Amino acid sequence: MVAVTSWGRLEDVEHDVRPLFDISRIASQIQASSPGIAYGMGRSYGDCCLNPGGVLWSTRGLDRFISMDEDSGRLVCEAGTLLRDIQRLAFPRGWMLAVTPGTQMATVGGAIANDVHGKNHHAFGTFGDHVRRIRLQRTDGTCIECGPDLDPGWFSATVGGLGLTGIIASAEIQLRRVSGPWLLAETIAFSSLDEFFELAGQSQSDWEHTVAWIDCLAPRGGRGLFVRGNPEASNTRSEPVRRRLRMPIVPPVSLVNKLSLRPFNLAYYTLGKWRAGRQVVHYEPFFYPLDSVDDWNRMYGPRGFYQYQCVLPPGDGRDGIAAMLDQISRSGEGSFLAVLKTFGDRVAPGMLSFPQPGVTLALDFPNRGTRTLDLFLRLDAIVRETGGRLYPAKDARMPRDVFEAGYPRLGEFSHYRDPGISSAMSRRLMGH
Amino acid sequence: MDTDRKRIIIIGASSGIAEHCARLWAKDARVDFCLVGRDGGKLDRIAADLRVRSPATTVQILPGETRDFIDPLAITSLVDTIAHDGPMDVVLIAHGSLPDQATCQVDLATADEALQINGVSPALFADGFARHMHAAGRGTLALVGSVAGDRGRKSNYVYGAAKGLVARYAQGLQHRLAGSGVAVVLVKPGPTATAMTAHLAQQGAKLASVEAVAEAIVAGIAKRKPVVYAPGRWALIMMVIRHLPAFVFNRMNI
Repeated sequence: MVAVTSWGRLEDVEHDVRPLFDISRIASQIQASSPGIAYGMGRSYGDCCLNPGGVLWSTRGLDRFISMDEDSGRLVCEAGTLLRDIQRLAFPRGWMLAVTPGTQMATVGGAIANDVHGKNHHAFGTFGDHVRRIRLQRTDGTCIECGPDLDPGWFSATVGGLGLTGIIASAEIQLRRVSGPWLLAETIAFSSLDEFFELAGQSQSDWEHTVAWIDCLAPRGGRGLFVRGNPEASNTRSEPVRRRLRMPIVPPVSLVNKLSLRPFNLAYYTLGKWRAGRQVVHYEPFFYPLDSVDDWNRMYGPRGFYQYQCVLPPGDGRDGIAAMLDQISRSGEGSFLAVLKTFGDRVAPGMLSFPQPGVTLALDFPNRGTRTLDLFLRLDAIVRETGGRLYPAKDARMPRDVFEAGYPRLGEFSHYRDPGISSAMSRRLMGH
Repeated sequence: MDTDRKRIIIIGASSGIAEHCARLWAKDARVDFCLVGRDGGKLDRIAADLRVRSPATTVQILPGETRDFIDPLAITSLVDTIAHDGPMDVVLIAHGSLPDQATCQVDLATADEALQINGVSPALFADGFARHMHAAGRGTLALVGSVAGDRGRKSNYVYGAAKGLVARYAQGLQHRLAGSGVAVVLVKPGPTATAMTAHLAQQGAKLASVEAVAEAIVAGIAKRKPVVYAPGRWALIMMVIRHLPAFVFNRMNI
């Protein structure tokens, strides 16, 4: 048994880890050891990739490329392939992932199972929108090929399906054309939520990537930095040198705390405001700023941290977000990595995909036990009231009724579950 | 002939360490690979992966049975066939399998098989290639030994003895080929996370990432270093282990 944790580092729990190395042997391996759940890079924050006391099928050894058509941009690879490896392979050939989350240290299988999104959701949708085929290995020995045009029910259940419909063995992904690794990025400071929504609205059609950082401790709430970006064709620069920093230890207490947070946020805002404007940046720092520090999640100390990410529908979005920020500043809990983004008007491909039209707010909170959990209950009330939903990939604690209300296709999804697959999250939110 | 191209031969090419070395080589140069291994299906998948990573790469696959790795005549003919196809820049001999020590102690056939496949077989391959490379006066011959070969330990001395044989063989080849233009590199990986050690990972053993190990190996081969510990910290750990007096060592449960 090995202690395994997810990205939030809330608890170290013993698991029976079974590494998968050979795609031709997955069927027999998972049949022999089920029930379990697939575990890739452990980048989901909560318990959707955990199975305390039980089996985890580690997919990192399934990291082979199978084929790439450089004319059409179709890439087939095994499910443990890192998004980083795809980007580094594709960029020099004029292709890139159409959708990428805020870390490239995730696997393709994880990106599909959580139907991840990025800063360009309004233009390109979710990761699953660019998946053409999935090979799904079930614990009963059967193997299902599915895609948007082939067994679409299976496809729609598996995209965003939290790994519960079978083991994703391989996938075919449609890459998109790109002129080079550069982006033109613009940072604009804003001082209220209204300004944020105005900027987001203006940028919707002309900017491919939009995202905002907000200082959730600022008086009256809503000050922050709006970042937008577009691919940049200029090809004159040399690639930046990759520096690898590492959070070497787990500090005894969270470095994000009451004392540090206010000056941190103030400094970040002021620096950002000072440096606001346009600049050409490489895709890695633009898409993956946190990847430059390995193990950054250790900074929250031995008790770990929660991420709370919700989406609120457009009508109530502004007031809902304001109410949430108000609850947060009143609670005395604070978040450094507070991210605000508007989603496009698109229907996501998965039955349990998180993105829906509206505005999404993501917040990190050091785990301070019941104080933190009580705040979440107050935030849940706002989500419930506005008809929003929470993101399972980030979640370790949402009440079952909030999940059920947020995901009306849950009943349909349950027909596609693999009875030999179970996770801490599936037991918590679906009963088995 | 295209002089930018490198010809790299890998024996035991489906081993996790060898596969990751191949990926690094494919990234940095245009390579003509010749992959030899016992799992043909896996070799096909590895070849496809290498071709995607580097379209300028060519991959030849020579699948074999276990017998082909043990029988001296089969080894000779395989090595001769490969050498006949052209000069070799790098030969990496990486095959092996980790036996269960307890089984070896009660079943000598298991011990025998482990000694053959991890010790005798790589040594014979090395000698076979050394002859051709010596004649060509160029190339790097790398053998994958193990930190386990540095000192016999109760928990895996059968494997350790076989790897120790590889180490001594490499040393002899280094002596013989000194000044010939052929470099002989002995690679000693520490415990590494691969399919071979999956059962150790399950018991909670701390394993180095195969990517980091492959990086150290490829760098060491490029520098033609006589001995490469991978990761490098194992050089220090094994120096200590080798020098521990028996009265201390014998009390350790390792």
